[in-house]
Amino acid sequence: MKGLTLFLGCVIPNRYPGIEMATRLCLAKLNIDCTDLEGASCCPAPGVFRSFDEPSWLAVAGRNIVLSEKLQRDILTICNGCFASLADANHMLKSDPVLRERTNEYLAKIGKEFKGNIEVRHIIEYLYRDIGTDIIRSHIEKPLKLRVAVHYGCHLLKPSKSRELGDSNRPEFFDELIECLGATSVDYPDKMECCGAGGGVRSALKDESLKMADHKLSRIKEAVIDCIVNACPFCHMQLDAGQEEIKQRTGVDYNIPVLHYTQLMGLALGFPPEALGIDLNVTNNGKFIEKIEEML
Amino acid sequence: MLCSLKRGTLKNVSNMPTIPQDDAFVLNEVKNACKNIFKCMQCGVCSGSCPSGRHTSLNIRKLVRKAAKTADVLHDEQLWMCTTCYNCQERCPRNIDIVDAVLMIRKVAVHEGIMHSEHRKVSELLLEHGHAVPIDKDNREKRIKLGLNELPETVHKYAEELEEVKILLTSCGFDRLLNRAGKKDAGSEEI
Ligand code: SF4
Ligand code: SF4
Repeated sequence: MKGLTLFLGCVIPNRYPGIEMATRLCLAKLNIDCTDLEGASCCPAPGVFRSFDEPSWLAVAGRNIVLSEKLQRDILTICNGCFASLADANHMLKSDPVLRERTNEYLAKIGKEFKGNIEVRHIIEYLYRDIGTDIIRSHIEKPLKLRVAVHYGCHLLKPSKSRELGDSNRPEFFDELIECLGATSVDYPDKMECCGAGGGVRSALKDESLKMADHKLSRIKEAVIDCIVNACPFCHMQLDAGQEEIKQRTGVDYNIPVLHYTQLMGLALGFPPEALGIDLNVTNNGKFIEKIEEML
Repeated sequence: MLCSLKRGTLKNVSNMPTIPQDDAFVLNEVKNACKNIFKCMQCGVCSGSCPSGRHTSLNIRKLVRKAAKTADVLHDEQLWMCTTCYNCQERCPRNIDIVDAVLMIRKVAVHEGIMHSEHRKVSELLLEHGHAVPIDKDNREKRIKLGLNELPETVHKYAEELEEVKILLTSCGFDRLLNRAGKKDAGSEEI
């Protein structure tokens, strides 16, 4: 099996570095062979840059892929957007000779060439398919007695024709990953619905975007859970920072802790909440951290 | 935090210049970009499953119809309300690549100089830093507190790698595109 390179993207290292730390701690603890992808850039974000100008989106994504090709390692993404961008770009460049030739003309200007000999992975499907819940379970030091609202996010699953992860309406693999940590994945209405951040909506039309987040948060609140767990820092930001923005607009204070899966896993593997940056959300996670500490 | 676009702001930009290229040319561009939208039977499965449409004025069924008919779709604010969640595309009984079409129409719009100012800002950040969301002081401190390096192992840390990204973006003409785009705000036509 090929080793991996860790693709950080933008939002994790530059807005939620706790997720980066949690990912590094979990990968090391599970003995997963993963190195840094030095000099990587923005993926670039699919919802905006791909729709502004496909050739430049493809060239910059192609460069990121080539960095990992040089190390002969598959890319591990920890963000649905990075996954969508890099997996789609990789597929397009592998399968379309015209796009590949054009992109390689640009890449030649920086002495690089896309060869098409690695894969792009998302940490959730990688953990589920290549590591498996039994091995994860065997590493657990602190079973988490928590009720979790899982948020898959859209681009992990869709477009389903290029994801090959089964039914996008009722997937179960992420729930299984949550439950193997001892937690309960709680069903809630509109579980598969979008958080409202993607496609450049959060950046350009914040009010509209927050209406979707507000809806999702209100459904989750009804389910009486301890935290939301996601697989994408952009959903993470929308559901965490979005709570504060919604409070300013409507006065409703949801106060729901939001964790990336690697942060939840880090807790189960025995790392303290502060080492995983769970105290660094916009929403105050104080009560949740107390609950975790009492669980010892 | 990014500043929000107050509702209605766009609609106040009333003195919109007309589309610079002739309508037929642009409509042709749109048609080439999303050929299979002509198979649409207006059943409404797409709009019925659209999370954005539940809360905003986006009606994706009508937008598809408009795109098949007129280049005015380029000025429609709804074009930018789609989160690209793919619900509609997954469910369309005619297998129309609806989201791909939305992305293609946005591309034509941006190339015609129509772009949200916030999107232009994000693009400028990419050009300057190689990151659409670059590091700030607060997060440098958070990184140190966590025991990470102050700067991530990305273009932020390696100047020569950032230079490569800049070379790529300029040879693709991304910088020139931004100079053209943003002359007009997106979605400024009354719907
Ligand atoms: S679901 Fe497909 S066929 Fe039906 S209205 Fe939407 S785009 Fe047209
Ligand atoms: S992809 Fe866009 S138009 Fe389609 S359902 Fe999602 S938000 Fe609506």
